Amino acid sequence: MNAIVSFVTGSFLIIGAFLSLVTAFGLLRLPDVYTRNHAASKAATLGVMSILLGTFLYFFLEEGHFNSRIILGIAFIFMTSPVAGHLISRAAYNSGIPLWEKSVQDDLKKAKEERKAEQ
Amino acid sequence: MKTNDVILQTVTKITLFIIILFSIHLFFAGHYYPGGGFIGGLMTSGAIVLLLLAYDMKTVANILPIDYKYMIGVGLLFSVGTGAGALLFDAPFLTHAHSHVLLPLLGDTALHTAVLFDTGVYLVVIGVTMTIIQTIGEDE
Repeated sequence: MNAIVSFVTGSFLIIGAFLSLVTAFGLLRLPDVYTRNHAASKAATLGVMSILLGTFLYFFLEEGHFNSRIILGIAFIFMTSPVAGHLISRAAYNSGIPLWEKSVQDDLKKAKEERKAEQ
Repeated sequence: MKTNDVILQTVTKITLFIIILFSIHLFFAGHYYPGGGFIGGLMTSGAIVLLLLAYDMKTVANILPIDYKYMIGVGLLFSVGTGAGALLFDAPFLTHAHSHVLLPLLGDTALHTAVLFDTGVYLVVIGVTMTIIQTIGEDE
């Protein structure tokens, strides 16, 4: 029982730490705001969620303590972190930060020009 | 240009209840666990600030028609009242009392007058934070 518990919680923690590391590399290596934001809001969310899940499982299975705050924290991060990414990206786009020069598709620009032509 | 805030406003509507629930939990857990009136009040005012970010000031004043300056006064009255209440029972100022009471639905509950003092702290913290933020925000 004990070996299984430590294996499961440990693997959740390692997966979470690895995803956070991937996020850091993505922030350093990717070329513009939007791709960096993509790395930060996806991988970091999942990484923090699996670290929290590992912590929850450790305290539940090892100490018999059901910590509902961690469950609430997982749900809260799952809801809010992508929205934060969305808002940062939108603020960057609206203040005119250019896309990476090799990107090929910009649907929002087309939609905005159509909206302007209608008015 | 009219901005489109549907995502932010929808997520605010859901997360607001989680934040307020957590702040009330922190407030009532203060006696036995980390938490208490100060951090609970700060988190409640954080929820109201989130509402202010997602909507404008007029909408929030419609949702919560509270004058936060009165809230500070009521909170201070709570704290002084629990302190002065001890004088009625021939005890020094701010002496607290606690006892086990059999409530109809909740059963055997430990009630402590320190919770009333903490309620005062809670109301003062919400009042001060919201007064500061609203006076800065209205300064156009």
